[in-house]
Amino acid sequence: MRPEYIDLSAGQVAVAAGLIAVNAAISLALKLGMERRLAVAAVRTVLQLALIGFVLDWVFAIRTWPVVLGLAAVMATVAGVAAVRRTERRYAGIWVNALVSMWASSWLIAGVAVAGVVRIDPWWEPQYAIPLLGMILGNTLNGIALGLDRLTEELVAGRERVEAMLTLGATRWEAARDPVRAAVRTGMIPIINSMMVVGIVSIPGLMTGQLLAGVEPLSAVEYQIVIMFLIASGTALGTVGVVLLGYRRLFNRRHQFLHHAIERR
Amino acid sequence: MKDAPLLEARGVGRRASGDEGWLLRDVSLTLAAGERLAVVGPSGAGKSLLLRSLALLDPVDRGEILWRGERVADDDVPAFRRDLVYLHQRPALFEGTVVDNLRRPLSLSACGGRGWDRQRILGWLDPLGRDAAFLDKRSTDLSGGEAQIAAFLRAIQLDPRGLLLDEPTAALDATAAAALETLVDRWFGERAGERALVWVSHDAGQAERASDRIVRLEAGRIAA
Repeated sequence: MRPEYIDLSAGQVAVAAGLIAVNAAISLALKLGMERRLAVAAVRTVLQLALIGFVLDWVFAIRTWPVVLGLAAVMATVAGVAAVRRTERRYAGIWVNALVSMWASSWLIAGVAVAGVVRIDPWWEPQYAIPLLGMILGNTLNGIALGLDRLTEELVAGRERVEAMLTLGATRWEAARDPVRAAVRTGMIPIINSMMVVGIVSIPGLMTGQLLAGVEPLSAVEYQIVIMFLIASGTALGTVGVVLLGYRRLFNRRHQFLHHAIERR
Repeated sequence: MKDAPLLEARGVGRRASGDEGWLLRDVSLTLAAGERLAVVGPSGAGKSLLLRSLALLDPVDRGEILWRGERVADDDVPAFRRDLVYLHQRPALFEGTVVDNLRRPLSLSACGGRGWDRQRILGWLDPLGRDAAFLDKRSTDLSGGEAQIAAFLRAIQLDPRGLLLDEPTAALDATAAAALETLVDRWFGERAGERALVWVSHDAGQAERASDRIVRLEAGRIAA
């Protein structure tokens, strides 16, 4: 018989939280100067997760589609903003580009997930829709941030080569193709890497959660497989989207590279 | 248009980004087929900016650039740049050998159908005392003068009608500069009545040698 799901008490959570003392001790012993950051990170972890716990509790209790869509909209927007905040260089329009890519890719893939794969009824059932979207967003955020960073880095470092191509008669696409490819590749590498090792060296969060909740391992694995492909396609779409939108912003219709538009933040 | 100059700048102005000041102000000039024009002036006068504007590499804030009497349509800009090649002071070469660099533009859509002509390249190299071994050198192993020659050959193999030379010899020693001047003269002389060039130079002697007409730029304006 499968053991029952153990509901954690506040005391048990506190014991685990106390393990942060290990990090603090290492920081002190090696004079890493990270104590303050560790404290902030620990407090943020507790507060942010407590907050989302209350929000989800409320959303699950209300169970109406406008509330679910509202929460999803906030999540996608926060993810888009977070992606840009991670970048080293910015250009006019980067926020819009990241938000559009984040919204379009995550909503499309989440839509396929709830309506076409998991076939939830109703399609907006928060118990499924919110975690699925959350996982897609988390990974797409990474892809978009990495893709943007690599695109601007390639264009700034390789400006002379890009312009050399343009001076010889290259179209804007021919001049930007190599940096664009490098950026898309960079954005997609983390998810491909994690697909390579999933189940061997890592048991992902969703599967861990399901196993802890008492779900049969094979059923948990099925969900995990679905999720891996959802986040892989979401990341690919988001990365390609933001890189192409960035390319359109930085190369105008007269095949000019607007290098002045890229600024280090 | 039939009687129009090959290239014309009409009242071209460029603003500094994020600033009210003008870097180029009301610059008008023409370049006829068969003409060699030198642009001289102190550092910061806007010479490179003017050349980049003529090549349509940067947007202009005022005025227009005409090619054979007409504004270049958006879709025709790549073909225009193949016909009027801009050469930078510090040539940007791609990874690989000189041959790789020479072949690279031949794959561009604006250069469609143009084949790789090794013999023609060797013909240009011969008077410079260089042979086929030069073609197999890696771009990272080239001296400044050799890199400029490679960049120049990469441009002229496309048979442009004109060249925009942005101080191409500024970073070269006297021998390398003379070699490049020889190459430019040969290219221009092959079809003297058809080809044209604009040569930006700091060197008054070079400007005299390399041009039929000299324009002086000061603080973004053409000096009277």
